[in-house]
Amino acid sequence: MSSREQILGRVRRALADVPRDGAPDGPDGPKKSDGPNRSDGSHGPGQVAGYEEAVAREYLREHGERSAAQTAELLAENLADYRALVHRCTEDELPSLIGRLFADHGTRTVLAPAGLDPAWLSATDVERVEDRAESTAHELDGVDSVVTACAVAIAETGTIVLDGGPDQGRRRITLVPDHHVCVVRVPGQVVSSVPQALERLDPARPLTWISGPSATSDIELDRVEGVHGPRTLEVVLVD
Amino acid sequence: MSGTFVGMPAFPKAAQEAVGNPTLRANLRHATHTIRAKRAAAVAEVSDWAALREAGKQIKDHTLRHLDRYLVQLEESVTAAGGTVHWAADADEANRIVTRLVKETGESEVVKVKSMATQEIGLNEALEAEGIRAYETDLAELIVQLGKDRPSHILVPAIHRNRGEIRDIFAAEMSEWGRPAPEGLTDTPAELAEAARLHLREKFLRARVGVSGANFMVAETGTLVVVESEGNGRMCLTLPETLISVVGIEKIVPTWRDLEVFLQTLPRSSTAERMNPYTSTWTGTTDGDGPRTFHLVLLDNGRTDTLADEVGRQALRCIRCSACLNVCPVYERAGGHAYGSVYPGPIGAILSPQLRGTGSEIDASLPYASSLCGACYEVCPVAIDIPEVLVHLRERVVQGGPVTLEGNRTVLKPAKGHAAERAAMRAARWAFARPGALRAGQRLASRTRRLHPRTLPGPGRAWSGSRDLPPVPAEPFRDWWQRTNGGDAGEGRAK
Ligand code: SF4
Repeated sequence: MSSREQILGRVRRALADVPRDGAPDGPDGPKKSDGPNRSDGSHGPGQVAGYEEAVAREYLREHGERSAAQTAELLAENLADYRALVHRCTEDELPSLIGRLFADHGTRTVLAPAGLDPAWLSATDVERVEDRAESTAHELDGVDSVVTACAVAIAETGTIVLDGGPDQGRRRITLVPDHHVCVVRVPGQVVSSVPQALERLDPARPLTWISGPSATSDIELDRVEGVHGPRTLEVVLVD
Repeated sequence: MSGTFVGMPAFPKAAQEAVGNPTLRANLRHATHTIRAKRAAAVAEVSDWAALREAGKQIKDHTLRHLDRYLVQLEESVTAAGGTVHWAADADEANRIVTRLVKETGESEVVKVKSMATQEIGLNEALEAEGIRAYETDLAELIVQLGKDRPSHILVPAIHRNRGEIRDIFAAEMSEWGRPAPEGLTDTPAELAEAARLHLREKFLRARVGVSGANFMVAETGTLVVVESEGNGRMCLTLPETLISVVGIEKIVPTWRDLEVFLQTLPRSSTAERMNPYTSTWTGTTDGDGPRTFHLVLLDNGRTDTLADEVGRQALRCIRCSACLNVCPVYERAGGHAYGSVYPGPIGAILSPQLRGTGSEIDASLPYASSLCGACYEVCPVAIDIPEVLVHLRERVVQGGPVTLEGNRTVLKPAKGHAAERAAMRAARWAFARPGALRAGQRLASRTRRLHPRTLPGPGRAWSGSRDLPPVPAEPFRDWWQRTNGGDAGEGRAK
């Protein structure tokens, strides 16, 4: 007997006492998901039959009522609380702000994903390094900064989420360089809460949720920034 | 479970030694009190905590009730996304699978994300025996590994070490494992973290195989989730060409949407943060981004036996947040090592004896490693009634009864060494049944304590050996209970 059969058999015997009510499967076995996310944000038939009723979801979809402006404000506050550096500007000001952030950081080379809006880098003459599949981790380690967009940002938790889209690039480019500049479109990319963020995200893509720079509290619970990820995270909220 | 803790003394003895170590006690006290206060504040920030907790409990219970179906569904979706699923009935099988997979890559070293499942099966030692070096990359795990030590906390494994000790370990041991510590390293946390960064970066950048656990697996989509703060998780999950994840079968949630519950409750319960710095999710493999090969090893190793216990199975709801450790008065004084298992604290006291059976002295003593004060239940984000399971397991140890071991139903004999304890319990029951005899009962309790075998009855002994007993309160507990109706205010145990 394979271990698979053995384990499944043990599970079934272990559950002999349990009424299998709210069964997740019809007579034909588990229903196949047709994907959990729809553009309307519902989860629809992704759930297995009977599961909806099995769990009471009496928790909130978001905590408190806020205007779009207040939500952006909260995002900025919570990001800053986790020691991200937060900047706000208009679309027009963005290139010069990005240029200034590089200058302040002493950046000479910057990684930019292929789909990044070229205008964002139009006011700086730092050398642009392409995000290529062939680059080695060592090469990335030599780059000063990285600039990306994001998929969604969560105000209540101070989180930005990257989904590997063309303007965000591979996961490793926001990991290896020490300085990450992330641009968030306000209010379009900002949601209030974790439930609202999950609705917008596609689980088929690799996701990276970032709340402030890398941190550890392993030494006497003193928080230290930047053990492995970027030690400096700058988030630009573009109105 | 693994051989990591073989030879550990039973809990009471280990606890007594730990309690006699003032440095350890101070480190622990500082740590648990700090996290405890912060956690309360983080939880108070969300008004729907009780509803989130209830939903978390229901999701996990539902999943466990249909675990066979969800395992099959998960296998299908991971496979469809380009991953390969392996099933491991026990630690040895899991170790064999991982060793084979690493060997097939031709590599002789792996980088590891902190993972309780791989500690449980003793993977590092198994790899070592086959000539493969496993590098722990979580800062605390690094401290533990370099110090040839064992982890003592779920979340902060080196909680028992202070900065001076960490400095000495780095200075003495880093060169053995790779890049040496910088000259003149001091004990400031920032310098220590920087030393770890440089030491580990060298390994990350050349690593071709990563080994991880996972916090959650989504049956519906085949997505795995790792929650962390340092970025070492991201490093191990994205830089290597091959990723091998070893995950307990109980870590499943049915749907993508379910993550909305746990991504709210886990960070607040564990590090008292609104959100941990990094969460990574991946579904199989992605072209041109991250590992090209992904293996998922589904681990049983006693979980199905635990599932077979009608009272004890709720331990499988655990999301390893460690909140119960930080509020536990016994853990605070005894430390994690005293539990002699990968899972310390209240959850360890109920999970380890179920995963491993109560055959050994340490496992038989674990259900006694608690004061039954109930604080662990109050904080648990999935509402595991740890005291209920503790009492159930004590009964099992003392009286014997039906259990499932490696899939087979069998009847456990009453533990031999516990015969005196049984007598003591009967005596206590007699005393409590006669209100007038309470004072006498107290004397009786202390007299029977002397009758107990050396390894029993748990922490009470270690405590009284190292601290004064508190004065008797002015108002007897029973009177207080009757007067205030059990304190009535706040979150009552009974729902
Ligand atoms: S038992 Fe509950 S409180 Fe303890 S680690 Fe598990 S989930 Fe957290």
